[in-house]
Amino acid sequence: MTHRHVVVVGAGPAGLAAAEAALSAGARVTLIDASDRPGGQYHRMLPEAYDAARPEVLHHGWRAFDRRRRRVLTRPRCAWWSDTSVWALERPDPERPGPPRVHVLHGPVDGGGRRRLTLDPDALVLAVGAHDRVLPFPGWELPGVFTAGAAQALAKGERVVVGDRVVVAGTGPFLLPVAASLLEAGSRVLEVLEANTRGTVARGWSRRPWQLAAQAGKSGELAEYAALLIRHRVPCRTGRTVIEARGDGRVEEVVTARLRADWSAVPGSERTVAVDAVCVTHGFSPQLELPVAAGCALRTSPGGEFVEVDADQATSVPGVYSAGEITGIAGAPAARAEGALAGWLAAGGDPRASALRPLRRGRDQGRAFAARLARAHPIGAAWSGWLRPETVICRCEEADYASLCRAATRPESASARVAKLETRAGLGPCQARICGPTVAELNTRLSGAPVEPPAEGLPAPVPHRRPIAQPIRLGELAAPSEPAADGSAPRHL
Amino acid sequence: MNGTRVAVLGAGIVGAACARELALAGLEVTVVDRGGAASATTSHGEGNVLVSDKGPGPELELAQLSRTLWPQVLAGVAERSVAAAHAVEWEPKGGIVVATTDAGADGLTRFAADQRAVGVRADVLDAEALAEAEPYATREHTAALHYPEDAQVQPAGAAAALLGDALAAGATLRTGCEVLGAVTRSGRITGVRTSAGPLEADWFVNAAGPWSGELSARLGAPVDVRPRRGDVLVTAPLPPMVFHKVYDADYVGAVGSSAGDLQTSAVVESTRGGSVLIGSSRRRVGFDDRLRPEVLSAVAAKALRLFPTLAGAAVMRAYGGFRPYVPDHLPVIGADPRLDGLWHAGGHEGAGIGLSVGTGRLLRNLMLGEPTDLDANPFRVDRPAVLGTTARSVSEESP
Repeated sequence: MTHRHVVVVGAGPAGLAAAEAALSAGARVTLIDASDRPGGQYHRMLPEAYDAARPEVLHHGWRAFDRRRRRVLTRPRCAWWSDTSVWALERPDPERPGPPRVHVLHGPVDGGGRRRLTLDPDALVLAVGAHDRVLPFPGWELPGVFTAGAAQALAKGERVVVGDRVVVAGTGPFLLPVAASLLEAGSRVLEVLEANTRGTVARGWSRRPWQLAAQAGKSGELAEYAALLIRHRVPCRTGRTVIEARGDGRVEEVVTARLRADWSAVPGSERTVAVDAVCVTHGFSPQLELPVAAGCALRTSPGGEFVEVDADQATSVPGVYSAGEITGIAGAPAARAEGALAGWLAAGGDPRASALRPLRRGRDQGRAFAARLARAHPIGAAWSGWLRPETVICRCEEADYASLCRAATRPESASARVAKLETRAGLGPCQARICGPTVAELNTRLSGAPVEPPAEGLPAPVPHRRPIAQPIRLGELAAPSEPAADGSAPRHL
Repeated sequence: MNGTRVAVLGAGIVGAACARELALAGLEVTVVDRGGAASATTSHGEGNVLVSDKGPGPELELAQLSRTLWPQVLAGVAERSVAAAHAVEWEPKGGIVVATTDAGADGLTRFAADQRAVGVRADVLDAEALAEAEPYATREHTAALHYPEDAQVQPAGAAAALLGDALAAGATLRTGCEVLGAVTRSGRITGVRTSAGPLEADWFVNAAGPWSGELSARLGAPVDVRPRRGDVLVTAPLPPMVFHKVYDADYVGAVGSSAGDLQTSAVVESTRGGSVLIGSSRRRVGFDDRLRPEVLSAVAAKALRLFPTLAGAAVMRAYGGFRPYVPDHLPVIGADPRLDGLWHAGGHEGAGIGLSVGTGRLLRNLMLGEPTDLDANPFRVDRPAVLGTTARSVSEESP
C-alpha cells in the first residue's frame, strides 16, 4: 500500500475510474471537477432541482455509474472537490522533473468567494474530456443553431426542448444519441444527416471488422438509437449536410446539399428545409490546455491532436498521466479502462497486477475503435467551400472569413500569432475553444506556410495554449494562494 | 545606393522598420527570420510608444524622434493600404503616471521637471483632473502626471505595416530561415549560412531582438544582449474603464533597474477590442517560458492599487515575452567595429516597439553616410556594456 497523493482532474467516466483505481492502490486522492456533481458530459446529471425519478431511462450505464460514484466519493482517503477549476499548472524546474503544481479556484463560479488553492501532488491524472467541434457555415451564429452537445445537454440535463422541427447534421455516431435525446424530449426530428458518404463510412468501419466485436456494447447502444429513429420515422441520410442556416433574427430554414467524399457540395443538390432549430456536430475537440500547460507532448492522428501516452497511460511528463477523450475519442468504456489504468499506475500500483490485463485489453480495443471512428467519420478537406467572405468564423470577436483570408495571404501578417492579433479570431471570451482548430486549419491552408518552428523560450502558437486555463478574477489572482490542507474541501454527493 | 544588397536578420518590428527605411532608400533588401514575421517578442508585448518613462538622455532623444516619425510613417502606410494602417491600432491616447506614496510623488515630480527641460510635455493633474481623466482610478494617490505624447499600437499590426511597406518597395521576406553562421573574407562578412542555404549581401543587420546575443555569437562578433522576461494579463472585454495608458510611478524605476529578480509595476490600458492589458513584470530568467502564478499575482495586486474597481474583471489570458536587455539600458545601433559589413539594431529592452521607427531611420542615416537627427554615438557597438568582458552567449544565463 502506498500513500502517494494523486490529483485527478475531471470526474467523468475516465476520472472517476482513475480515482477509484488510485484509491484501490492505496493512494490519497483529490478528485477535482468544475461541475457541482460528478459524471462529466457522459453521465450528465440533472441539476438537483430537476432530479429525475428514474435517471436510468435517460442514461446508459446509469446504475454502474451510480454505484461507482458512491463507492469512490465516500472513501475516507478521497477528497471530492466539486465546483473547482484548475486555472493554471505550474511546471517545476527542469532539474527536478515531476508533476506540476496545480492551481485551483474552489467555489461556485458565480459566487464571489472563490478560494485560490494550490496542490503539490505526487502524481497527476488529467481526464478533462472533450467538447463539441463544429465547423462554421453561413448562418451558424443564428439563435436556434445548437451544437449537438448543447442540445443534448439541454434535453438530458434540463429537459428543455430546443425546437419543434429540428434537423440534426454533421458527422459521427454522436448524431444518433443526440437525435434520440431530442425525440425523447418531444422534438420532431425532420432528418439526421451524416456528411460522409456511405462509402466513406462503410470503408472506415469495416476494416478489420473483428475489432468491432469488443465494442459490442457500443454497437448495441447505437442499434437502440437507430431503432428509436426508425420508430419515429426519422430519415437518416449520408453524404448530405447543412451548408447554410437562414432566418430573420433566428433560424427559420436550412439549406442542405449533397456532398462528395471530400465534402464539396454537389451543385444543384441544394434543398431548403423549414426548421426552428438545427443541431450540428463535427466530432469532438479534446480539451488540451491543461496537458499543454503541463508540458505533455501531443500526437497528431487522423482524428486531430491528442495527448501522447504510453502503454501505462503516462504522458511525456514524469508523474503526469492522461485518460479518456484527451488521448483519443473512443467512448466511455475505453475512457473507463484508461482511467483505471492511469489511476492505478499513478498511485504506484504494481504494473504487473493481473487485474490490469483486461483493462489494457479494453484500452487497446478502445484505441482501435478510435482509429476506426476517425477513418469512418473524417472531416472532408473541401468543407471550407461552404464559406462566404462574410461568414463569421470566430463568433466571440465576429471575425469573418474575408479578414482571415486577408491576413493569411499577406506574408507580413501570415504568421499565426500575427494573423490572430490582426483578425482577433480566437481572442474572445471562449479563448478559441470553438474556433481554434478551424482558424489554425484555415490559416495554414490559406498562407501555404508550414507550421512555424517555435523560437527558443516562446511556445509554438498552437490553439490549445492557454496558460490561464480558466478565467480568474483580478481580485482572486491578487489574493495570495493557500496550500490546500487535506480534505479541506467540502464533499457533497 | 542602388544595387547594394542588405540582409536584415530578424523580422520583428525593429527589423521591419530597418527594412522599410532601407528599401525606401532604394537598397535591395532581404529580411530573414527563423520563425514567422513579428511572431516573437514583437507580438508578445503591449505596444508602448512612450516618452514618459524616459529621463533626459540619448534614449529619450530616440523616443522623441520616433514619436515624431510615427504619424508620418503611418500616413505613408495608409496611402499604400488603409487596412494595414487600420491594423496598427494607433492610439495617441496619452499616458498618466500615478504615484501612491509620498516618496513616489517626490521622485515623479523631479523626474517630470527634468523631462520638461528637454521638451517633454508633462502636465500635473490634481485630484479633480485625474478623476475626470480616469474616473475609475484610485483616489489614494499622491501625485499624477499627464503625458499627452504617449501612444499605443497593436505591435504585431505595426510590424506588419512597416514590413508591408518594405515589401511594397521591393524587399523580399524569407521566413522559417535560421541563420547558422557567417561567411567572411578578409575581415568582412560577405554572406550567412542559413537553414535554407547561403545568403549573400553587402551588409547584414542583426535585428534578432533578445536572440541578438546568440545570433551575433554565431556570426563571430558577440554583443551582450540578454532576455528579460515580462508577463501581461488580458481581461475579458469590459465597458470602457481605462482611457489612457496608466501606470504607477514605480514603473520608471523598474525600467531603469538592472535587478535580475522579479520587479513588478502596474501598467494598465485598454485596447480597441475592449480588453484591458495589465503589465508588467521584469525577470532575468534566460529563455524560461514557464508561467509563474506568483508573478501574475504580484502584477494583479499592483494593478488593483491603481484601479480597485477592476477586482471583479475576469483575466482570460496571459502571455509572456522576452525583452532584449543590455546592461547599460541603451539600444545598440551601428556598425560592428570587429566585422566589416555587420550592423546591429537592437537591445531596446521594453521600448522596441516605440523606438523602432527612429532606429530604422538612424540606421539608414549611418549606413548611407547621411546626417543624423541625433547623436548616434551613445548607441555605438564598441562600448563596454556591449562588448565588455561580460559578453557571452545568452544561453549560459540560467535562472
